[in-house]
Amino acid sequence: MKLKILHLYPREMNLYGDHGNVLAIKRRCEWRDIKVEIIEHEPGTGIPDDIDIIFGGGGQDSGQGKIEQDLHEIAPRLKEYIENDTPCLVICGLYQLFGKYYQTADGKKINGIDILNITTDAGDKRHIGNIVIKNGQFGELVGYENHSGLTSLGDNVEPFGEVILGAGNNGKDKTEGCRYKNCIGTYLHGPILPKNPKLTDFFIETALTRKYNTKINLKKLNDEIELKAHATAIARPR
Amino acid sequence: MEKLSILLGKSIRKVTKLRGGSGSALPGLIIERINPSFINQELSKLPHGVVVISGTNGKTTTTKIVSELLQKQGLKVFTNNTGSNFVRGVISAILEDIKLNGEFDYDIAVLELDEAHAVKFSEVAPIDYSLLLNVQRDQLDRFGEIDHTADLLQKIATATKKTTILNREDPRVGKIKATKTEYFGLSDKLIKKFPSDDDLISKQQTKSSNKPACIVFKDLHNNQATYIYDKKDYTVDLQLKGMYNAFNVAGALTLCHSVLPNVKMQRFFDDIEDIKSAFGRGESFQINGAEVELLLVKNPSAFQLSIASFADSDCDFMIAINDKIADGRDVSWLWNVDFSSLKNIKVVSGIRAYDMALRLKYDNIKTEVVIEDLEAAVRKFANSSSKHKRIFATYTAMLEIRKIISGKSIL
Repeated sequence: MKLKILHLYPREMNLYGDHGNVLAIKRRCEWRDIKVEIIEHEPGTGIPDDIDIIFGGGGQDSGQGKIEQDLHEIAPRLKEYIENDTPCLVICGLYQLFGKYYQTADGKKINGIDILNITTDAGDKRHIGNIVIKNGQFGELVGYENHSGLTSLGDNVEPFGEVILGAGNNGKDKTEGCRYKNCIGTYLHGPILPKNPKLTDFFIETALTRKYNTKINLKKLNDEIELKAHATAIARPR
Repeated sequence: MEKLSILLGKSIRKVTKLRGGSGSALPGLIIERINPSFINQELSKLPHGVVVISGTNGKTTTTKIVSELLQKQGLKVFTNNTGSNFVRGVISAILEDIKLNGEFDYDIAVLELDEAHAVKFSEVAPIDYSLLLNVQRDQLDRFGEIDHTADLLQKIATATKKTTILNREDPRVGKIKATKTEYFGLSDKLIKKFPSDDDLISKQQTKSSNKPACIVFKDLHNNQATYIYDKKDYTVDLQLKGMYNAFNVAGALTLCHSVLPNVKMQRFFDDIEDIKSAFGRGESFQINGAEVELLLVKNPSAFQLSIASFADSDCDFMIAINDKIADGRDVSWLWNVDFSSLKNIKVVSGIRAYDMALRLKYDNIKTEVVIEDLEAAVRKFANSSSKHKRIFATYTAMLEIRKIISGKSIL
């Protein structure tokens, strides 16, 4: 078996070790003898037809400026993938740009690609610190958030999780992230996947099941270190 | 007002010391409040002015190198080696040294200031020379983002009255504008070994910048470093450990040359051989007959360079990761370091030991044992087989380990 991962803008969008997420998927595949190919998407290049997982991280303002135009160019392809249930994980900056718009502090509206029904407005303080959320399917997830944008979910949109510690989407309604089909947008850096192996395996299992058109059950791995790191992180102060 | 400030500041210092405090920040804090121009008054008296050294990595060692090189040329150097690199820390250090009659008997101040505090410093005191080393991801939870940090360095450069010395190879520092600039740099051969912050993420080979540099760090074999000055090679035997310290030397030499342009460069090159690493930056200890080196790792670039410099195969390693405020709460930076060349990891320790073990696991590196408690971990590590050991530690872990080792509680 083999999976092809599309990594969006690894150079421009990688704060807080977000590429550790791609590494987590890669290793957990390799440890089960599943081959992995990583396609690094840079501005100006095309999107292949046979992608199984899409990943994109957070960036700083200058990084986001460099990818904006390209993101709109590849948006129709990304939409098609996500409508067809391709698993996708976008963090922080790309989570915001997968939404309808991001309004900056000086009132400028940056259009997103409208895959997720969310909107984000610049806030006047940064939400920084350890964050713990709860998700019905994956249990407690732990990460680190650092954002000033305040995200609101549109009507009938499912949040990714409920905030237990931290700010989440906007520091008010206790929602964190957003899920549409198999596309998850979230503010959790950390990176999120290594310490939350259940979520990592969800992406792998869903991708394989979809690709090979048959229910795939993943081989169990020894997750002792993952779970201990998870337990330590959950117990740390904000 | 000046004399009164001195008297008051010195008295507070004495009282806080008597009461068991370190006497470090409080007198500075109070004088900063009641006489804000005190620091400017005192530092403006210095005939050679004020040097500020800033950047993410290498400030402490570089400040030490510059201070010692200038001292060897006979200058009386005032420096903030109490480790308190806030404005009030500098004031406290002045209060400690100034005489009651206001005599402040120094030729030059060489100050280590982190980016944000250097900007605050520039608002209250003169800066004659600045040396800006690099902008790398550090404690992002403190400063936000690295482009913001680069803006802070630009402000320091703008406030610098004479010469600003810049690392031409750092994409953000190289772009900084100032009244007068001098550059230091790397040869094409070495640049591949110094990933910039951007390169850490996507490995891209770069060529060295074409800006003219005063000093170019050309090559390093063991601890023998070669530099180019005025088209000539100079080879020196360094006691300073590691490639990044050898590069900081290039910045320090460029700075010293700007401050004392009439001193022959050969003299600085001769003196550099005597200079040793600063506290926690490659200090060595003896435990059970083995040499243990303690190396501070506080961000991905420093960690990556330490691995590139020190990953000998006959060495045993311990890694200690804490996430206290001074370390940075966020440990995600560990994922921006490539550990795949490390072997013989005997112990992983610290509050975030399991995060470190996890990181290594995903580079397919085996950790022999995880012991969160630092003292137990150091004891275990002391008994490992190799005679040559290195400990990579974050800031607060380094302080604790140093105390454990120097307290000899493990022997």
